[in-house]
Amino acid sequence: MSQDFIRQLDPSHNLRSAPSLSSRLHLDPLLISMLLAFCTAGLFILYSASSQNMDMVIRQAIYMLVGFVGMCIIAQIPPRYLMMLAPFAYLGGVALLVTVLVMGYGAKGAQRWISLPGFRFQPSEIIKLVMPLTVAAWLCRRPLPPKFQDVVIALILIGIPTALIARQPDLGTSLLIAASGLFVLLLAGLKWRIIGSAVLLALPAMWGMWHFVMREYQKQRVLTFLNPESDPWGSGWNIIQSKIAIGSGGLYGKGWLLGTQSHLDFLPESHTDFIIAVLAEEFGLTGVLVLLAAYALILGRGIFITLHAQNMFSRLVSGSVTLTFFVYIFVNIGMVSGLLPVVGVPLPLVSRGGTSLVTLMAGFGILMSAHTHRNLLGR
Amino acid sequence: MAADTIKDHPRERRLVNFRVWLAVVVMILMTTGLVIRAFNLQVMQYDELATQSEENRIHLRTVPPVRGLIYDAKGRLLAENRPSYTLTIIRERVEDMDWTLDELGKLVTLDQEDVDEFKERVYQSRPFNSVPLKYRLSEREIARVSVNQHRLPGVNVEAQLIRYYPQKNTMAHAVGYVGRINDRELKKLDTSLYSGTNIIGKTGVERYYEDILLGKPGYQEVESNARGRVLRVLKRVDPIPGKDLHLYLDLDLQKAAMNALKGKRGAVVALDPKTGGVLTLASTPSYDTNSFVTGIGYKEYSNLRDNINRPLYNRATLGEYPPASTIKPFVGLAALDSDTVESDYRIFDKGYFQLPGEERRYRNWKRKGDGWTNLVRAIARSNDTYFYDIAVKMGIDTIHEYMTMFGLGQRTGLDIASERPGLMPSRAWKRQARGAPWYPGETVISGIGQGYMLATPLQLATATAVLANRGTVVKPRLAKPGPGVAPVPPFAHVEKDEKDWETVIKGMREVVENPRGTAAYRIGKNLKYTVAGKTGTAQVVGIPQDIKEEEAQVLEEFQKDHGLFIAFAPVEDPKIALAVIVENDSKAAVGVARKVMDAWLLPQLNDLTKTSLLSGNKKEGEL
Repeated sequence: MSQDFIRQLDPSHNLRSAPSLSSRLHLDPLLISMLLAFCTAGLFILYSASSQNMDMVIRQAIYMLVGFVGMCIIAQIPPRYLMMLAPFAYLGGVALLVTVLVMGYGAKGAQRWISLPGFRFQPSEIIKLVMPLTVAAWLCRRPLPPKFQDVVIALILIGIPTALIARQPDLGTSLLIAASGLFVLLLAGLKWRIIGSAVLLALPAMWGMWHFVMREYQKQRVLTFLNPESDPWGSGWNIIQSKIAIGSGGLYGKGWLLGTQSHLDFLPESHTDFIIAVLAEEFGLTGVLVLLAAYALILGRGIFITLHAQNMFSRLVSGSVTLTFFVYIFVNIGMVSGLLPVVGVPLPLVSRGGTSLVTLMAGFGILMSAHTHRNLLGR
Repeated sequence: MAADTIKDHPRERRLVNFRVWLAVVVMILMTTGLVIRAFNLQVMQYDELATQSEENRIHLRTVPPVRGLIYDAKGRLLAENRPSYTLTIIRERVEDMDWTLDELGKLVTLDQEDVDEFKERVYQSRPFNSVPLKYRLSEREIARVSVNQHRLPGVNVEAQLIRYYPQKNTMAHAVGYVGRINDRELKKLDTSLYSGTNIIGKTGVERYYEDILLGKPGYQEVESNARGRVLRVLKRVDPIPGKDLHLYLDLDLQKAAMNALKGKRGAVVALDPKTGGVLTLASTPSYDTNSFVTGIGYKEYSNLRDNINRPLYNRATLGEYPPASTIKPFVGLAALDSDTVESDYRIFDKGYFQLPGEERRYRNWKRKGDGWTNLVRAIARSNDTYFYDIAVKMGIDTIHEYMTMFGLGQRTGLDIASERPGLMPSRAWKRQARGAPWYPGETVISGIGQGYMLATPLQLATATAVLANRGTVVKPRLAKPGPGVAPVPPFAHVEKDEKDWETVIKGMREVVENPRGTAAYRIGKNLKYTVAGKTGTAQVVGIPQDIKEEEAQVLEEFQKDHGLFIAFAPVEDPKIALAVIVENDSKAAVGVARKVMDAWLLPQLNDLTKTSLLSGNKKEGEL
């Protein structure tokens, strides 16, 4: 009880100045301008990667617009409402995942979509957003670092949608969703000995995954990753060609629209998952470094927001969203450059694809909400 | 919110912020990993990967040269190249070859042979070069393949130039044909010259002049996409097209010869005695050479091969026949020139000839005998007894020497891929080939072109040209001298007494002009020019081995005598010398020769009449 009586002014809050326009609109101008610049640059890369398909670029730009609008809307919702809504959204998302498994129809042999009149969407995208909110909503009410039983409940919360998505089967997404939940746990101060024993348990778990969970094509991806040259015309083709694309870019690249690997169709999926190879081929190491630096700026803003969050929920959610964003980048670049096995993870904000873009923007909306809805008195 | 009561907010914030900073450190480390990886690929491995990227997109493709065309004497096309659409496959682009071939089988009709042959060739070709699967696609097939091309990577429809013989079967044996390179040829040829083509001359002129018709392939450096489609040409070295050939062959005359031989098994070879140029090289029955260009089907081929009339067989240069009585003018000249007899030497023919001290009678074809006979009459009446007599007087060595001078018993050296030498027997030959001495009786029958003696129609025509030239020996040629074709070597002239030639030629004229001459009736009426000729009837010694029992009537047909005729015309200024053979029909050769000579000489005579230099056959009245 004693804490409730100690109320202090937020140290950054200047009482004398009127709230700025951006804070009244609950938007973070820094993050918005970085995202805008990044998306614009991304469109140029997509234009080249899609073999100058203007339609595709325009469609992507429309999705970006939708994403920005979605981001602004979510930014209006104060974190405490997000916290209250999270459990319901979680239950709804899980219900949709079950629906997809039962009656969703297949795309590329996987059942991921729900089709409503007019549009269709992947329930797993909702879960991407809901997962950190839910785990954070649970943990922020418990004393931190979380006790063992709190951890167990959090793991169950993480495990249910993860298992459902893995059943679709969409291993990449399920791992990323699990990661976004686990990041909340880790940030919340999960005890080192639990982390340590989990790592020790992971080795036999991997063996179990290989033999009982992973499908044949997933195993093939891992084997191909370990030795792409074993089947250069088949499953090794993608990774060999993307390495050639990246490497042949050299220091300065072949020039915009001049990448031969992508324009002559040697590079598969050049406008979706492998788009970084197009950038690396056309802009060289310079382009890669600029891209990474731009990501670093966005990530830096995310970290800043996390560190300056007013309450524990916002802090955990912001941290998790930021770290998940990083994981997307790392997994995508890692897989395209041959460091990681090929899992279907797009390069955030650049790869073609509306749903993941909108979800990402919504994530940034949560960040902004956390940053701009500040009580006069911090807690 | 009971839990709130025990929460220690500042401590929790410090804990979480510490974890956040930890995450920042981990992120920096991982990003460093990515940067190192990018550096490793883009700087350390740059050379290697940049090279691989170039190898991906740039390929060297050979551009086949255009094969030289073949024209007749008047510039009419005998062999040309026509555009045709070919279904090709680039093996490296195909994911599943069997599946692709199955799918293609649903779109176009593929023979199992086509497929089998393709499978053999596809692994011999250079990487990234297209290998033809089916030639001559129809419009419908092109459309069906094009519509499905997107799901058949590596499959293309290419326009190619394909050899085409507009005269179909008229020139088959002389011009020959091209066909796919087989394994045996592949081992012998220079693969760099054939890298863009899989076609080679197989027979006739096409084979003999393969080197100059072929040309030299060029190459292209092309940029192609992952599906093997060529997007642009980066560098091009043009092929050098093959050289065109102009032949002495005359299409009209060839057609006349083929028509005259229609329905018969036979051959006509006609030369221009002045140049040695082959005006006609006809052999019947014939076949359409176009079938062979893109690979003939097994069934079609076996039909041709097993046909009892043997259409594939070039009787004009490969057919070796006993020259029979057509040898007599040459034997007669040998007797005169070797001073064995004088031109007024005569014998009394009582119907047979006997060697001194031998019982055996060598009979004249006219059993009752033909009375007093000199050389001119002996040739005109084809008297066997007279030639038995002078042959024995000369002896085989002299006969062999003179016949060799006329080119018998050896290849003429015609510029055609295949030719047989015939056979001019001698003592040495018999000792070697038969291991037996020469018997005098064999000399007797040599005088009438029987026995071991064999000659091809080409040889007979060449020898006739020497007669027509009164001793100038010509070498028969199909191709006129030109780029790549060496000029004809200067002719050898055999210095003989002019009178001897005229005596023999007088005999040959009487064959046609004297009412009792052996060809007088069959040559027909209204001959507009002078002709010197000689008939022959060759007995069939061997019959084709592969005749079956049930073809007994056919067997009888194949045992009939062959008819031969050699001639040149006009006598005063010979423009054509020819040899005709009609198998198993002793009566047809003269008529065939008449048609061929008419076809050649009448147009020329008409031109001459216009300029009133010569009119008709002035000798006609004398007979």
